[in-house]
Amino acid sequence: MMEKNKDLPTPHPFIANSAEASFNEMLKVANVTDIDELFEQIPKDHVFKGDWNFDPQIPSEAGLYKHLTRILRKNSSAEENLNFLGAGCWQHYVPAICDEMVTRTEFLTPVWGTPSSDHGRNQVWFEFQSQIGELVGMEFVGLPLYSFGTAGGHAIRMAARINKRSKVLVQSSIDPERLAVFKTYCGYPELDGYLEIVMVDTDAITGRINLDDLKAKISRDVSSLYFDNPNYLGVIESEAKEIAKIAHDAGAEVIIGVDPISLGVLPSPSEYGADIVVGTTQPLGVHMNAGGGVGGFIATRDDEKYAHEYPTLQVSLTGTSEPGEMAFGLTLFEQSSYGSREHGKDWTGNSVYLWTVANATYMSLLGPNGFAEIGKTILQRSHYAAKKIAEIPGISVTWPSGFFKEFVVNFDGTKKKVSQINKSLLSKKIFGGKDLSRDFPHLGQSALYCVTEIHTLEDLDSLVSALKEVTK
Amino acid sequence: MIKSKIRKYHAPVWDEPLVMQMGQSGRRGSIAPKTESKIADTVGNALDLLPAGMKRANPLNLPELSEFEVQRHYLHLSQQTLGMMGISLFGTCTMKYNPRVNERIVYQPFVAEMHPHQDPETMQGILEVVNRFDHLLRKLSGLDKFVFQAGGGADAAYTQACMTRAYHASRGELEQRNEIITTAQAHPCNPATAAAAGFKIITLPLEDDGFPSVEALKAVVSNRTAALMVNNPDDIGIYNPHIKEWVKIVHDAGGLCFYDHANFNGVMTRIRAADIGFDACMYMLHKTFGGPKGGGGPAVGAYGCNEKLIPFLAGPTVETSADGSFYLKEGGENSVGRIREFLGNIPTVIRAYSWTRSMGIEGLRDAANISVLANNYMEKRLLEIPGITKGMPDVKGRRLEMTRYSLGELTADTGVSCLDVQNRMTDYGVDAYWLSHEPWFIPEPFTPEAGELWSVEDIDYWIDVLETVCNEARTNPELVKTSPHNQVVHKQNSTNLSDPAKWATTWRAYKRKYGVTN
Repeated sequence: MMEKNKDLPTPHPFIANSAEASFNEMLKVANVTDIDELFEQIPKDHVFKGDWNFDPQIPSEAGLYKHLTRILRKNSSAEENLNFLGAGCWQHYVPAICDEMVTRTEFLTPVWGTPSSDHGRNQVWFEFQSQIGELVGMEFVGLPLYSFGTAGGHAIRMAARINKRSKVLVQSSIDPERLAVFKTYCGYPELDGYLEIVMVDTDAITGRINLDDLKAKISRDVSSLYFDNPNYLGVIESEAKEIAKIAHDAGAEVIIGVDPISLGVLPSPSEYGADIVVGTTQPLGVHMNAGGGVGGFIATRDDEKYAHEYPTLQVSLTGTSEPGEMAFGLTLFEQSSYGSREHGKDWTGNSVYLWTVANATYMSLLGPNGFAEIGKTILQRSHYAAKKIAEIPGISVTWPSGFFKEFVVNFDGTKKKVSQINKSLLSKKIFGGKDLSRDFPHLGQSALYCVTEIHTLEDLDSLVSALKEVTK
Repeated sequence: MIKSKIRKYHAPVWDEPLVMQMGQSGRRGSIAPKTESKIADTVGNALDLLPAGMKRANPLNLPELSEFEVQRHYLHLSQQTLGMMGISLFGTCTMKYNPRVNERIVYQPFVAEMHPHQDPETMQGILEVVNRFDHLLRKLSGLDKFVFQAGGGADAAYTQACMTRAYHASRGELEQRNEIITTAQAHPCNPATAAAAGFKIITLPLEDDGFPSVEALKAVVSNRTAALMVNNPDDIGIYNPHIKEWVKIVHDAGGLCFYDHANFNGVMTRIRAADIGFDACMYMLHKTFGGPKGGGGPAVGAYGCNEKLIPFLAGPTVETSADGSFYLKEGGENSVGRIREFLGNIPTVIRAYSWTRSMGIEGLRDAANISVLANNYMEKRLLEIPGITKGMPDVKGRRLEMTRYSLGELTADTGVSCLDVQNRMTDYGVDAYWLSHEPWFIPEPFTPEAGELWSVEDIDYWIDVLETVCNEARTNPELVKTSPHNQVVHKQNSTNLSDPAKWATTWRAYKRKYGVTN
């Protein structure tokens, strides 16, 4: 008897059949006496026999909660401090019902069902795609991608498949983090499908794409031009229409990256020449999550030329056997990696689909007036901060107008390094802007400051007085 | 023989309109903080701060609803999603309980309101969890370092393809080593990501014993081989006993070996990737390690590798200082750079660490045992249902945590397909089973996986529902073919989905194509 029950499990709250009665019933029906019989396919010398020396089990929820929170309370969050970091992940207010929806067990825990049993979730996906389409002014939108950078990487590859060209122009002010992802997606010269990235200069005076440099670098072998608007350094590419025209005249595709929270006040990129729009979804109701809140999207005109190059899955509105009833189904599944393995369009898999629930909820909450309002608040608050910071002796704002949400602050006149200043600010419970001195050395000791709707007048004035103090 | 009483079920039907069809002009669901007058006085009118030509001319055509209306709408949609409210034995996805305590933890500001560029001094808690979990996975795999940047299993396969490029490039051999070998039973993400990274793909066919032969592998391995990417066991439940020899053959030829450990659940605490000889492996934290699936992420493909490959890992990695504190290190000159921005889906890393600590090594052992036992329990009962046959029936030995079956005989007898059966099962509150990845080796396939979550009563009920539907297929096939009948909506009409004139991925496209005005 002892021999037979050597593998009897210990009851655990996550495992119903860890109860002795259930376990024994299964053994009996499956006709198993020793659990090792079930692993007969595995050669003995493949099986690990050593000591695990594993961290001890914490089976109680109370114990687990205490263990985890004791560790995680060593963090000091952007809520406890005054945060001015943006740079690819932004602190916006997340409405409570966005959190309610993404933690609903129905949305949180499932994988795939049938079109009928998944109907509610599929509708959320469709509403996500539709509302993104409204923001960016495009009719074809896929399900989300892992991030802004991966969306851009895939978009660059879509363009190269469309026009069979192999050079990509990218604005030099781009987020280095995002550029690193692009480089990964563009491959190696030794292998098939390599795309060469060529940087287009940023005008030192304006902070925008240098049109002369663009004209010098554009050619008939350029597959696509990629730029963000506003760009990473916060500056609005106000000559976007002309930039797109220069690229189009050479037969290149124009890919524009956007932060959708800007689109209540800025025009949709489709209005100034975008062929493919990509962007982030994180500002739309998703917490920063230490970078784990990021997500991306791809949108284009509803044109087969583009639709047939999407790597993503996407839901389409369709009908059912019942006249007039709405349903949703996957369109162009066969071109995905699930449908065609290595012959598919790049690859897809689990992505950040849960965030579409937060995004759709967020966009529905804001509506046209909410987007316009939040855009205006961000414009005014960020410009106020920039103006007041620029009044501090030794500190300047590199491009003091024509920006949205983020702006570059230069500390050269203080003779201090950004890293020192940020350490001093931290002691005052302020997270200073992202240090740009390593990635953009020509900008000197500069930092990228991010101001959103969450920053009050009092917050901004506190920042200004803290900066005065730490740069004295 | 049906064991349980089949219960009444009907899905919630709200006949919910699209959010774009709801609301009234001027209604508000959210108000942005109003700019203080001092700010407005200092900077002036907001729109005047925009450059000429860069002001939105037309208001966005988004819905206008009150906050409650938005909340109720999405609650309705959540109710119209069956998922884990019933029984879901969705094979290859290892459906688990996602401990609620983890949501309580990760939605607190010390996780949710953390910025990835914060000073590491303020991120010690997160970095500690990442580091602790890295060490747990090292123990389970025998490998030397784990990273979490990849946003899912496919992204971890892509990570491997990128690591393979960087490794061979550093040795000056990349141009020559441009082939990646996989098998017909490997998940599609392996060949797809390798091809996207620029490699040529060699796919080995399966032999009668359920896996490709050693000879077939030897015939394609050469000095062009960059890497091998395989899973084991596969999702038919078959373990390739020659896998150590495979790894040796590829290593001898100078290639790398990647273990797609998507099906780790049945072999946890028995098989360690490093013991088999693999250079790297991938675990899915949203499957095997108790993280939620979210209908398709945010997910984490935890990627682990041996010392040889550590220099190629994407940055930033979490490292330990001499004083025991943690810091972030950028990748060195051989690093692949970035697979994705930042450190990865940190909340799911925290959930997976929490789940693993709750289980302990003994819990992991029990879970593996129970999931394999449950699969064998199911097999006994499923094969008693007329019309169901086992995939690869000639392969001897007990299957691991899942088995693929065929409804081919039932289809031949009744005309009812595996998709019809899947639809009809949802009429009983049982969500879809997994069919099979491409290519299908088995006609009318289905792949249930019980894992360690589902009770023996749930498993019985699932089989009872399947048997009920198989009986219906014989007595009233139209009932099954026209199903579902008790679901949120009726059977989807898929004919429009591949027609460019009719597909519509957005409401604005639909309105144009179908002449709808709202």
